[in-house]
Amino acid sequence: MELLKDKILSSYVAFENDININSDVHDIRTEALENFEKLGFPTKKLEAWKYTSLNSILKEDYSIFPNKCTAVELADVKKYFIHDIDTYKVVFIDGKYSPFLSETTHDTIDVCLMSAAFAKPKYKPVIEKYFNKVANQDNLTSLNTAFAKEGAYIHIPRNVEVEKPIQIINFSTCADITTMVQPRNLIVVEENAHVQIIERHQSLTSNAVLSNVVTEIFVDKSATVDVYKIQNDDINASLVDNTYINQKSNSVASVHTFSFGGNITRNNLNFYQNGEHIDSILKGVTIIEGKQHVDHHTLVDHIEPNCESHQDYKGIYDERSTGVFNGKVIVNKEAQKTNAYQQNNNVLVSDKATINAKPQLEIFADDVKCSHGCTIGQLDDDALFYMQQRGIPQKEGKGLLMFAFANTVLESVKIPEVKSRITKLIAEKLNVNIGFDL
Amino acid sequence: MSKYTEDDLELELKTKEYEYGFYTDIESETFAKGLNEDVVRAISKKKNEPEWMTEWRLEAFRVWEKMTEPDWANVKYPKPNFQEIAYYSAPKKKPKLNSLDEVDPDLLETFKKLGISIDEQKKLANVAVDIVMDSVSVATTFKKTLGEKGIIFMPISEAIQEHPELVKKYLGTVVPTTDNFYAALNSAVFSDGSFCYIPKGVKCPMELSTYFRINEGGTGQFERTLVVADKGSYVSYLEGCTAPQRDENQLHAAVVELIAMDDAEIKYSTVQNWFPGDENGKGGVFNFVTKRGLCETNAKISWTQVETGSAVTWKYPSCILKGNNSVGEFYSIAVTNHYQQADTGTKMIHLGKNTKSTIISKGISAGKSQNSYRGLVQINSRAENARNFSQCDSLLMGNACGAHTFPYIEVKNKSAQIEHEATTSKIGEDQLFYCNQRGIDTEKAIALIVNGFSKEVLNKLPMEFAVEAQKLLEISLEGSVG
Repeated sequence: MELLKDKILSSYVAFENDININSDVHDIRTEALENFEKLGFPTKKLEAWKYTSLNSILKEDYSIFPNKCTAVELADVKKYFIHDIDTYKVVFIDGKYSPFLSETTHDTIDVCLMSAAFAKPKYKPVIEKYFNKVANQDNLTSLNTAFAKEGAYIHIPRNVEVEKPIQIINFSTCADITTMVQPRNLIVVEENAHVQIIERHQSLTSNAVLSNVVTEIFVDKSATVDVYKIQNDDINASLVDNTYINQKSNSVASVHTFSFGGNITRNNLNFYQNGEHIDSILKGVTIIEGKQHVDHHTLVDHIEPNCESHQDYKGIYDERSTGVFNGKVIVNKEAQKTNAYQQNNNVLVSDKATINAKPQLEIFADDVKCSHGCTIGQLDDDALFYMQQRGIPQKEGKGLLMFAFANTVLESVKIPEVKSRITKLIAEKLNVNIGFDL
Repeated sequence: MSKYTEDDLELELKTKEYEYGFYTDIESETFAKGLNEDVVRAISKKKNEPEWMTEWRLEAFRVWEKMTEPDWANVKYPKPNFQEIAYYSAPKKKPKLNSLDEVDPDLLETFKKLGISIDEQKKLANVAVDIVMDSVSVATTFKKTLGEKGIIFMPISEAIQEHPELVKKYLGTVVPTTDNFYAALNSAVFSDGSFCYIPKGVKCPMELSTYFRINEGGTGQFERTLVVADKGSYVSYLEGCTAPQRDENQLHAAVVELIAMDDAEIKYSTVQNWFPGDENGKGGVFNFVTKRGLCETNAKISWTQVETGSAVTWKYPSCILKGNNSVGEFYSIAVTNHYQQADTGTKMIHLGKNTKSTIISKGISAGKSQNSYRGLVQINSRAENARNFSQCDSLLMGNACGAHTFPYIEVKNKSAQIEHEATTSKIGEDQLFYCNQRGIDTEKAIALIVNGFSKEVLNKLPMEFAVEAQKLLEISLEGSVG
């Protein structure tokens, strides 16, 4: 851990050779590096990391600036795209932009690269106004900010409804070295605009990969943003996903997280409601096995009155896997008439699996409706028996029940192709053929 | 012996007075402020404790020295300076008053509201009472009945002298000296407390209460309680008192240990009403308590608490469900008003098979107070068929206070069934309106609604306690509605 930290700190000089160091952005980077130097990597001693230890993945000797290792053929990676519909694509291979696989645009909207946005004067006002403005100062976010250089840059102007979804995909390919990548995304959605984003991290190698991602999303008045995170990575790949969403009045933002793959996955999802009549939706399905670990760490900060938030996280844990749900809802003194709802349901399939849940409420206003529910239990034996009586084999019966269990999350997925893709992934994951599309 | 005359009585009274005077002389000796090994040794010597006890205390002190004060709780307060506290001082002799007329009228008013009898009022307000005071004889009868059943109930300092084998065997087994900062401090310097032992198969015929323990004196700020219920026994234990406790000690760090052996049941009820500080948040007691119970096979421990006092409360009565089929329960009402802060809850550690736990927590915050529920439900991998139900409800009055929930749920067994739910609400205007319409004024209506909100917990209190606790809730929230 210390070794990796030292390596990261000393590599900063090399990093600086590559970028423009005479910019405001670079001042932010340098400050973030100092912050990371002070804080170091998170340990289990921190309350926020009580149930997730990164020790096992931080002992790897990661390469910090991997060169593009292996050529990637479209045919090989096509399956990782939502390919049956037309989409914009921003694709990175080992942290570097891949023009060949991507499909960007500057036609009314900007779907392009952070490196370009940092470099070109035309984007300077946007960068100045938004970059690193909602991300917090914690250890891993600071680390990402210090090395912020590449990622997706999306800017949707007023009243534009983006006609097709945008996919952001990060591939890792290095076969001979372990790699650490730190993508940095900035998404600005202006008044009354609408965009759908699909995000995915995929390792194409069996080597260890650590992705420390930071995504900042600004949702202006009456805008709508839907984000779908598909986490079905290789078993040697780990992910720390830090997403910060700043919402203005009457906006709606939703994030659906589907966690099926990967070694250690940590999702830090933060919503800040700076306005009235905002709706925030946080949903997730986690189905893991083996020694996988998925940690959902959510925060919804209700700052102003008349807002809503809905959280619904379902988890199915098999073998020795561990799951964490840490949901926090803060209702500030001013945020009267808040309606905050949080639900977390878990099924443990194996005796060796573990679930740690910590649904928290911090409420400072009196005229609010806040509730949270958390359950840990088993599939209904009677329902299973009923199906077996009617000729549905036990395995399929269980699969159906688990589907029904996760369906409340799938229901609100707005892109049919994403829904059917997730349905297939779940069927694969549960190893059943349910014989119909949901 | 000659006939007992009035002169004799007069003489006796005089002698008694003298006795007191004599004791006062000795006890006025207070240790200098500060804490070190010598002070711990001196406390132990003062209590005439055996060597093992002194060593036990010293060990705790050495551990404590290396510990730092915890700051994870959701409370803010100036950290006490532990070298500024005198760790041994004799109970202060309060001035005896001649009649109730001399007592602070505010206090009397409160007594009246609580429905405390005149005799009790006198006792609580430290008014001299007739020589034939009921409680003395009651206490004697109590002692006799308990003695017949073989129940031991006495101050822990006496128990160390009279039943060293029992104390030595059980003290510190549930809350080890190294457990936490305040438990270690308590272990090193505890002044007194209660010890209770219920023999095999005995059902304690009455509610044991610190209130009736003779020779109580001032239990001081570091109270230590140990309750051992042997196989198949039952005891209900009451701690505290609804009457307001005016105490100048700022810091209270008590430790309570309960041991319920096979098939035993312990019911432990607390009403805490220490000085909460004034309306502006000045003064008030810091109440940092470690309470824990151990359940063997088929045993049951039930904690019930009504917390209305103290400026800062930091308290988590817990159950370790070690034996199969054991049951843990936690029922709590925590009321905070003005600038009070409470961080309270429970821990249910399921180790045995078929263990069950229930948590019902009701938090009521008013004024500028902060009220937190912090609880842990842990199901270990061998705890087959464990069952937990938790419910945390918060009631907010006004928008200057806060209600917080921090439940921790850790499950390592697939057969576990856990349910947790929490809600936050306020008193509905339509509810108030409904009451007003029917001629119930707002203050009374609120009391009514709060009582309904707390019913599930109040029901768990022993009868006489429940009535007083209900009134206590009303008083605590007085003037909180504007």
